[in-house]
Amino acid sequence: MQTTNNQQNWVEVGRIEDIPLLGARLVKSPKGDIAVFRTQGDEIFALRDKCPHKGGPLSQGIVHGKKVACPLHDWKIHLDTGLAVAPDEGCAARFPVEVRDGLIYLSLEPDSGR
Amino acid sequence: MQKQKLVLVGNGMAGVRTLEELLKIASDKYDITVFGAEPHPNYNRILLSPVLAGEQTVQDIIINEMDWYEQNQIHLHINKKVTKIDRKNRIVFTEDGTSAEYDRLLLSTGSNPFILPIPGAELPGVVSFRDISDVEAMLDASSRYRNAVVIGGGLLGLEAANGLMLRGMDVTVVHIAPWLMDRQLDEPAARLLQQSLEAKGLKFLLEKQTGALVPGESGRVCAVSFKDGDSIPADLVVMAVGIRPNTELAESAGLYCNRGVVVNDTLQTFDPRIYAVGECVSHRGVAYGLVAPLFEQAKVAANHLAEYGIGCYTGSLTSTKLKVTGIDLFSAGDYMGAEGTDAIVLSDPAGGNYKKVVLKDNKVVGAVLYGDTTEGSWYFDLLREGTDVSDIRSSLLFGQHNLGDSGHGDPHARVAAMPDSAEICGCNGVCKGDIVKAIRDKKLFTLDEVRAHTKASSSCGSCTGLVESLLAVTVGGDYSTAPSKKPMCGCTEHSHDEVRETITRQGIKSIPALMHFMEWKTPDGCNKCRTALNYYLLCAWPSEYVDDNQSRYINERVHANIQKDGTYSVIPRIFGGDTSPKQLMAIAQIAERWEVPTVKFTGGQRLDLLGIRKEQLPGIWKDLSEAGFVSGHAYGKAMRTVKTCVGSQWCRFGTQDSTTMGIKLEELTWGSWTPHKFKLAVSGCPRNCAEATIKDFGVVAVDSGWELHIGGNGGIKVRATDFLCHVKTEEEVLEYCAAFMQVYREDAHYLERTAPWVERRGLTYVKERVVDDAEQRKVYAERFYESQKYSQDDPWKARGEGVDAHEYKPMAILS
Ligand SMILES: Cc1cc2nc3c(=O)[nH]c(=O)nc-3n(C[C@H](O)[C@H](O)[C@H](O)COP(=O)(O)OP(=O)(O)OC[C@H]3O[C@@H](n4cnc5c(N)ncnc54)[C@H](O)[C@@H]3O)c2cc1C
Ligand code: SF4
Ligand code: SF4
Ligand code: FES
Repeated sequence: MQTTNNQQNWVEVGRIEDIPLLGARLVKSPKGDIAVFRTQGDEIFALRDKCPHKGGPLSQGIVHGKKVACPLHDWKIHLDTGLAVAPDEGCAARFPVEVRDGLIYLSLEPDSGR
Repeated sequence: MQKQKLVLVGNGMAGVRTLEELLKIASDKYDITVFGAEPHPNYNRILLSPVLAGEQTVQDIIINEMDWYEQNQIHLHINKKVTKIDRKNRIVFTEDGTSAEYDRLLLSTGSNPFILPIPGAELPGVVSFRDISDVEAMLDASSRYRNAVVIGGGLLGLEAANGLMLRGMDVTVVHIAPWLMDRQLDEPAARLLQQSLEAKGLKFLLEKQTGALVPGESGRVCAVSFKDGDSIPADLVVMAVGIRPNTELAESAGLYCNRGVVVNDTLQTFDPRIYAVGECVSHRGVAYGLVAPLFEQAKVAANHLAEYGIGCYTGSLTSTKLKVTGIDLFSAGDYMGAEGTDAIVLSDPAGGNYKKVVLKDNKVVGAVLYGDTTEGSWYFDLLREGTDVSDIRSSLLFGQHNLGDSGHGDPHARVAAMPDSAEICGCNGVCKGDIVKAIRDKKLFTLDEVRAHTKASSSCGSCTGLVESLLAVTVGGDYSTAPSKKPMCGCTEHSHDEVRETITRQGIKSIPALMHFMEWKTPDGCNKCRTALNYYLLCAWPSEYVDDNQSRYINERVHANIQKDGTYSVIPRIFGGDTSPKQLMAIAQIAERWEVPTVKFTGGQRLDLLGIRKEQLPGIWKDLSEAGFVSGHAYGKAMRTVKTCVGSQWCRFGTQDSTTMGIKLEELTWGSWTPHKFKLAVSGCPRNCAEATIKDFGVVAVDSGWELHIGGNGGIKVRATDFLCHVKTEEEVLEYCAAFMQVYREDAHYLERTAPWVERRGLTYVKERVVDDAEQRKVYAERFYESQKYSQDDPWKARGEGVDAHEYKPMAILS
């Protein structure tokens, strides 16, 4: 994975506990809605809140493993890559996230996808 | 970390399947070495018959090419027979001295064809039908000689005979029993089979005992002589009289064998480091000779090798088909009909049709079909599920499409007749051709595999039956049995029923505890199993279970319906569909205040407010609760609505007050969670204006009281209700309704509506609990009332007052 070059891009969006375990929260940004997910193992991921299928809000899906099931037609999306689980094809943009001292920092520049 | 060493002896169907299963779940655990006595990579033995018949080539039937072994870093030794196991030092040795050490050893040596101990059995020109070299020998003979004799009129013998005949030989089948395939067919079916095979050109000698094989001048076999003195010419003799588990190696290593290598339910032999799967095995005294049970064994063994330790093999039911093109026969279970059974028979020899279904205690225990076999898998399902068929007994033989109430025809026949372009899965737009192609090309065997590769049936699930039929139709010819139970989803080996039973028996009260106890394969399940488990736990422990919000679909999590654009719709409850100007005004004012873009009547006589943004939800709910409304649960796998007509209050035909009845029913049942959505209706007379006969629970007033109907569905697959019973009083209607709902809540699989549930369980099952036994009805109803104490609190009110506030607010708004 590539690391981000410009530090000033990181924005603090909340604490880890703000997101339910196996859940997601929405971050509204000038660049569109971003879904921030928390897995069972407390890993944090961020994707554009738009399913590559028909734009379903991924933040409203069920999180399991490192995947989320889209609430509209049940496509599964990999949280770490934004890619749809085969045989579906498509990709939700992935945003870099970092957790420091329990605080979540998000970069608004997607590092893959659109 | 040092990998453990796994050695597989036997590069055949069961052994390699075990490796495939193992690689799927634990690809890095072992250093794998495979020994195979044959000079080929792993191939599909079943398809040797089509190869012999010229319908497929050897290349077509290879399952895993050499590079598959390479890609998975498996050390493959072909053409090497293992002759010794040194259990003390854990090393295996082959004939030529090659050796390999193991930590775990898997034996899958298949079986050996049984060779009759008669003079001449060892002559050139005498072969068995087991592997590629046998097929090559037969093909060679067919190009040079004319007369073939097949000894054995069972499945293999007939397939061999058919193949040789298609290769141009003159073939006689010799069989010792009075009729063909006597281990699978009864006499009438076998006679029909014989007739059609004779019409194709085969000859038969029944009740004939072979005495000796006679050598000719060249030393090759030239005739078969019988004990009664007859003899016939033979340049090729195929012995297909049975198989014997190949236990030679296991026995030489001192492993306990008894007509097969004896294994336990985890497929371990008496030496726990040594596993055995496939035809060489004897499990609970049974050795199987068909692949489906062996694949089930493979799955369990792989599971155990991966140290998941779930999964337990408890035996399989099998059914048979004959792979001779143009001949359709099916047989399963007790096809002869032992003492204490009844048989229903349809026999039409002139039309080439024969059907026999054997029943015991009103359950299917066996079936034989010849000619039209489209119902085979249906009977097999009834057999496996143990469905009580008393209600459909009279029409059983005419097949599923004649059941009248399901009205859509038998799925197997239906899918078989569909064109390739027919859409099977509407949700994902997958057509029949795609599915069939994937099943063939990717060698899929299970519903889950089809879902993973094609997406079909992975969304709403309403096409699951069709996909299963396609699997049966496509794979059926090759793999003639189906697994005896269906796991809930890919995360577990366990079925819905096992899970439900474990919850109550073990007193388990949380999802993680259940997953831990039942050894889930994934750490936190998936959206399929978690939502089901959440419901099962809620149903089992209404007063104690703590609902898991993250295991609910979005609709239930936020108590509103998500729409295509990500907005929501809310439906306030209007009991019995009976409203007032005041209520209507309140709804209208709230809709105006929140600038609701669309207000619509639903099919269930309620008002739907559409186009609400998620963050508006708590506010609109607060207003609605203050105006006296509770949630209509129109988003949930829950009791939805009670539809009513105006009944005797207004209607000139009305015999009873259906509206009041509807209100009472809704007051009783609102808020209850059910396996799937649940709808009711009450009509005031048999004109049935409220359409009660397509509801999960329908009530129709008659002069003398109320008729109760169950299991209707107006959705994708329309199904009219079954008549449950007639009752006299209002109190009875309520009690029967509560009891029926509770039986459904406690028994159905999650996401199974009442219609398929009643078809699976049988109407009798429901009647026994709700109608026949008053005591039991009261017990069920009591459990329903108890659970309602906890579920009849309004989720809207609570959220309007601030519960789960984080759900409805973004975590951050960046500018
Ligand atoms: C012609 C034919 C048609 C069939 N049709 C059907 C059908 O329609 N439906 C159905 O369900 N089943 C059918 N079967 C049965 C099915 O093929 C078997 O049940 C299945 O192949 C058994 O799998 P297995 O792994 O136990 O044994 P096998 O597939 O026989 O594999 C065992 C392998 O072990 C090797 N081996 C044995 N001993 C050693 C040793 N000491 N060292 C190294 N290697 C060794 C053998 O060479 C063999 O390759 C058919 C079988 C035949 C022969
Ligand atoms: S069902 Fe009977 S009572 Fe009800 S509205 Fe229709 S005709 Fe009238
Ligand atoms: S029938 Fe139901 S699910 Fe289908 S489009 Fe209409 S509202 Fe949606
Ligand atoms: S929009 Fe996500 S699955 Fe269709």
